Amino acid sequence: MIEGYVHGIEWTIKELFVYPNEFIYWSIQIVMYPYMTGLVAGAFVLSSLYHVFGQEDLKDLAKFALVFSFALLIVAPMPLMFHLQQPQRGVQVFFTPHFTSAISAFGIVFFTYSIIVATEIWFVYRKYFVEQALALKGKEGLGNTVMRLIYTTLTLGSYDISEEALHKDEKAIKILAGIGIPVACFLHGYAGFIFGSVKANALWMTPLMPVIFIMSAIVSGIALCMLTYIVIMEWKKFRIKTSKRPWEVTAEEVAGVELNLMRKTSKYLLGFMVAAITLELLDIVFRGYTAVKSWDILRTIIYGKDFFNIFILQYTFGNLLPFLMLLMPRPTVRRLVVALSLVLFGVFMMRWNVVIGGQAFSLTFAGYMHYKLPFWPHNIETYKEGFWGAFTIGVMPFVLFWGINKIVPSLKYK
Amino acid sequence: MKNHVYRPFIVVVVVIALILVARYLYVPKDFGIYERGFMYGYHRKSNEAEWEAFKVKFRTKEYCKDCHPDKYEANMSGKHHVIQCENCHGVAIDHPENPPKLTIDRSRSLCIRCHAKLPYPTSKRGDLPGINPEEHNTDMECVTCHNPHKPDMEGW
Amino acid sequence: MRQTRRDFLKTITRGAVVSALPLGAFKFLSPKEARAAVESTNVRWGFLVDTYKCVGCGFCVKACKLENEVPYDAPVTRTWVERYVILKNGKMLADTPMGGRDGFTEQKVQEQDVPPKDIAKAFFVPKLCNQCENPPCVQVCPVGATYQRADGVVLVDRSWCIGCGYCIMACPYGVRFFHPVYRTAEKCTFCIHRLVKGMNTACVDACPFGARKVGNLKDPNDPVTKVVLNERVAVLKPEYGTKPQAFYIGLDENVR
Repeated sequence: MIEGYVHGIEWTIKELFVYPNEFIYWSIQIVMYPYMTGLVAGAFVLSSLYHVFGQEDLKDLAKFALVFSFALLIVAPMPLMFHLQQPQRGVQVFFTPHFTSAISAFGIVFFTYSIIVATEIWFVYRKYFVEQALALKGKEGLGNTVMRLIYTTLTLGSYDISEEALHKDEKAIKILAGIGIPVACFLHGYAGFIFGSVKANALWMTPLMPVIFIMSAIVSGIALCMLTYIVIMEWKKFRIKTSKRPWEVTAEEVAGVELNLMRKTSKYLLGFMVAAITLELLDIVFRGYTAVKSWDILRTIIYGKDFFNIFILQYTFGNLLPFLMLLMPRPTVRRLVVALSLVLFGVFMMRWNVVIGGQAFSLTFAGYMHYKLPFWPHNIETYKEGFWGAFTIGVMPFVLFWGINKIVPSLKYK
Repeated sequence: MKNHVYRPFIVVVVVIALILVARYLYVPKDFGIYERGFMYGYHRKSNEAEWEAFKVKFRTKEYCKDCHPDKYEANMSGKHHVIQCENCHGVAIDHPENPPKLTIDRSRSLCIRCHAKLPYPTSKRGDLPGINPEEHNTDMECVTCHNPHKPDMEGW
Repeated sequence: MRQTRRDFLKTITRGAVVSALPLGAFKFLSPKEARAAVESTNVRWGFLVDTYKCVGCGFCVKACKLENEVPYDAPVTRTWVERYVILKNGKMLADTPMGGRDGFTEQKVQEQDVPPKDIAKAFFVPKLCNQCENPPCVQVCPVGATYQRADGVVLVDRSWCIGCGYCIMACPYGVRFFHPVYRTAEKCTFCIHRLVKGMNTACVDACPFGARKVGNLKDPNDPVTKVVLNERVAVLKPEYGTKPQAFYIGLDENVR
């Protein structure tokens, strides 16, 4: 009977010569962490494409992407909290940041980024807040009172919605979205830096890592926004078709706008996909060509143990297949849904192959570690760092978005 | 009416101020940058003293010899003088107060740590006298024939 | 030119003051350097392992676990012993069952029978924290929970560690792990509580053959320093630029 709890012992299977202290210490939640951060960055960049670069075709999606990225933002640090052995001390990252650590940058960058997103949302919705606060004045009922209090607080005491004031808002949004893009890239770039800077890990250590992470982040962020948008629009069409009361739009109109918007957005998605895949392949080619000391063991991982995960699941099903599906003319909603799901899956597998794959071989270069994802939890650890813990994190943004959307409606048609 | 554009800025300043206050209250006063600079020496200074105050448990022969001179002498005159008492008798800690009695490990598995023969050239292990534990008097404890304090066979 | 006594005195004083100011006084010391100049200790702990002498008895691992309250039956350990068996065909076999806590008593390596006639060379390599001069584990700690002392020893503040595991990932030597009871990052402390009392580390004391030695690398008369300076020693994985301060006599290229 071992006193205490040996972290990692339940999901690590060692093979050949591995140091005694080596386990898969960074498991599923550390896969989720850059995945969620990536979605945040991606969603924000998508919304900024409209605000900063004036990509008018993305106008309808921009509001939604912005609010959705805020929901994702709140979830982004949660995998870390699930992963920490002492989550109650997580706040120390803000209190005694050690800036030589890539993780400590999280405190500052995440804080800065949250401020930018929250402020941008405030400017976008300021007029709405004021209108709501005024409209709810004097209305009876607990619900109305609560909502009135929320909106009154959200106005921050400013009820000026003159043309001049709104024009200032527009300007502020543009500036914030502009600052937001580099910060979003930085937020995710440093997530890549967390891995890329670990010189002890032969698979992680490459200066390409941050760039690869940013590109795949944008890919996954755009894909998730598109997919969620489609789901919501499909739901709307379904409701229009089934309800008896008349709607201001017809299902056909919604479908037309939806497909048109998705067709345009998928062009951006394809562009970023090309960049992401190119960089990832460059990384593999370069490793094989330079073939330094670690290549012997890396090759057995990349072309051997993780071949299915990397080349079949990630590259074939996650990249190649959706790429072709998106390129095909006359997109349909069904094909788009499949392609986008595959893109999201592909980026997830990329994160998995980096995080888990990086721990699949021992520091001895003479042994392997196999990761067995705990499914049914039998203690708090196997929940937190198991399938259901990851699932919890995965559904959280949608739950949050549902809640946030009650206050800042981002899906108002037109 | 004042310029509304700066209102979020005020909120941010308030939040930062709150964090700084919380930080002031939460972080120990001796937390800072010490000898090895920010990269390697950023820590809570008093933790060093905490580690230095950690309890010593393995006391070495020097601790044993005054109360057990006979055993000490016997051991020191034989080949096993290189071995610490506590390697077999268990860590002394504050013996005889705590623990009053040490648990001696007389098992075969203890002796074969060195004396299971491993034919390793270029290692001192290959030179040590050794047996094959699966063949050598398998049903007996080593101490039946060998005196662990003075293991030269004539010791008993 | 007439000079008053007062002027003369003034000149003298000024000259004296200027010459008394050493040139160094004009160089700006960083706070770190200034503090180091005042507080610099004359101690830098280092370690010396003689791989010829190690017999793989594992008493060091046992002593370390008991001394430092690392759960005895947990596979994790602050120090461990590895066995390397290099066959005549060049193949390398290596293992470290339970970190070598119970010694190496079987001829089987990696569950493989190894006939003595096939062995070209075989030896044991004790491992512990190298207390690197540039410890990457400290560099990556996000909260300043792990740090290096002036005497080079890297410690973990158990009351401050958040348990992210970044330091475990950053160590190329695999010396760090999560303590099963405290649930914080754990590592070899060079038994700092013993060193400051003038004792040896527990592993050094428990070693019957003098395969392990700890010493002050800043003291030229220290036996460890003498060996490190005068004999041919090597360090583990120097390519990582960590500048390990545990030196090995007879380190083989097969050692990982």
